[in-house]
Amino acid sequence: MEVFQLIISGVSQGCVYGLIALGFVLIYKATEMVNFAQGDIMMLGAYVGITFISIWDWPFWWALPATIGVMALVGVVLERLLLRPMIGEPHFAVLMLTIGLGFVLRAIAGAIWGNEPRALPTPYVGEVLELGSAVIGYENIAIIAGTAVLCLCMWLFFRFSRLGIAMQAASQNQLAAFYVGIPVKRMYSLVWALSAAIAGVAGILTAPVSLVDPLIGFVGIKAFAAAIVGGFGSMPGAIIGGLLIGLVEQFAGLYLPPGFSDMSAYVLLLVMLLVRPQGLFATMQKKKV
Amino acid sequence: MRFIRKTSYEQDINLVKHGGHLLWYGLLLALVFSGPLWLDRFLLGEFSLVFIYAIAGLGLMLLVGYTGLVSLGHAAFLAIGAYTHAYLLNLGVPLPGAMLSAALFSALIGGLVGIPALRMTGIYLAVATLAFAVIVEQVLVHWESVTGGFRGMAVPRPQLLGIQLGQPVSFYYLCLGILLVCMLLVMNILRSPTGRSMTAVRDSETSAESMGVHLARTKTLAFALSAAFTGLAGALFAHRLTYLAPDAFTLITSIQLLLMVVVGGLGSLHGVIYGAIFIGLLPQGIALLRDTVPPAISQIPGLEPAVFGLILILFLIYEPLGIYGRWRKIRLFFEEFPLYRKSTYKRQKSFLRTERLH
Repeated sequence: MEVFQLIISGVSQGCVYGLIALGFVLIYKATEMVNFAQGDIMMLGAYVGITFISIWDWPFWWALPATIGVMALVGVVLERLLLRPMIGEPHFAVLMLTIGLGFVLRAIAGAIWGNEPRALPTPYVGEVLELGSAVIGYENIAIIAGTAVLCLCMWLFFRFSRLGIAMQAASQNQLAAFYVGIPVKRMYSLVWALSAAIAGVAGILTAPVSLVDPLIGFVGIKAFAAAIVGGFGSMPGAIIGGLLIGLVEQFAGLYLPPGFSDMSAYVLLLVMLLVRPQGLFATMQKKKV
Repeated sequence: MRFIRKTSYEQDINLVKHGGHLLWYGLLLALVFSGPLWLDRFLLGEFSLVFIYAIAGLGLMLLVGYTGLVSLGHAAFLAIGAYTHAYLLNLGVPLPGAMLSAALFSALIGGLVGIPALRMTGIYLAVATLAFAVIVEQVLVHWESVTGGFRGMAVPRPQLLGIQLGQPVSFYYLCLGILLVCMLLVMNILRSPTGRSMTAVRDSETSAESMGVHLARTKTLAFALSAAFTGLAGALFAHRLTYLAPDAFTLITSIQLLLMVVVGGLGSLHGVIYGAIFIGLLPQGIALLRDTVPPAISQIPGLEPAVFGLILILFLIYEPLGIYGRWRKIRLFFEEFPLYRKSTYKRQKSFLRTERLH
């Protein structure tokens, strides 16, 4: 039963990685930009949730949509201020820019909310579900369920809505999308809003499990590994990569000497890059001159 | 505006392009060599640090600025150099031997990291090096018999042939001397076929390959050379720190190194020096600033990385060519006065067409 317990906690941790990775992939798919600050945007989302729930005493089910809204706004503002001037610049420049952004966001969060870890009270915190001998916290179930619902929504959105299809078009060929009348720039803003909103949800889901401090954004690096393992640019790949890394970490923590658990995500990443650099769900072609 | 009529290949690859170079760089050399005469002990230490950063920056510039391979994990090579150096010194190996071994060992590891890098480009490579750096950091923490783990490791004082080199003045000259040697080496590499093929790889891999550049060899070599310079800088950095602990070589260090080459100006050796001065002296600048701004701002935790981040963002948006690029623009403005056109350095924007299949 210990294994079952590990699988559940691995899956729930993996879902958090997967959600952040989903944010990476969305932005990459739409704009070919790599947003290294995604983890820090998640941290910001967790803090916004804490502000609504524990500081302003809002009910959880009001705070959730409010957080999503605020984070979407943050995404739009970031895109307009920082990323819009970078359209057409090399990947590397954008990567560096978002790394810098991560540092700035961390300091801002530290200045507003302080550096002490904070907890997020939710209606389901502390309750457990007993399945045989395994004990599963409701917060873990919430993460898994939340991820599943979000993935379903994403799939429906990109498969059936006009907006979702327009976003895909803008991501495949800017110029052609522009010619057929898609407002490409607005699509970019919307993608950033969407990705920041997902990060906000990830923040609220993960906050009850791990306490929130300005440094939890570093989880983003593992999520980035997840996105690459899944094949950068593939949305199901992001989630599956996240689950894989979550599980590997849990099992490495049990069976390998201390220290390997922290490393395992990166070892997995390096092995993946060596064996199959394009990831599990490859979307890349050979680059043209 | 100076036009040089070139009549031979030797003239084209000459390190000294014209007499003005000789004059100005000679003056600069005289200035830095007389440093101990007009700098106090504290500033001498700070400038030694600048030189160390510049050596690491040379390595990183070779990789990022000239070969076009981005590394987010160069702190790992700094750490490998520092630990190898300290470990060998503790075993009783003399200073030059330990230093060379540090550089060679870093180069070896760099070459090994470079091999998988052949199959990756862009962000994949950046993330692979990042993963490598995290793994090295964990190894430093957990391999206690060699690295001392969190307890750290003492670095013996540098001495050569019975002469103490740990004093600020002698350490200043040690760092300066090694920097000059490295600088000459890099300048020579860059004008050799090796360096030219690196630049070709940066500009277009496919074109370079079809022109007969051996991609695998060039990239691995670039990685190894870059790691060697950074490892050498690590050896000096170990003396500067005097006590090694894993927390001196984190992701933030890697990003500082990268910030140095970006802010200095990618693809120029001047940029390395500008960047190193910037990175080396910025913490002092921030410390000065702290005294003048209200405590509500100066007490923000993580202020220093945030200032780094902010500067990085501003540079990338407004001056992607870095400090050196800004200097070139200013110089051109005066050389061509009043005919300077803003569009000379206009960035070419490209429309995005993905290489993804779906």
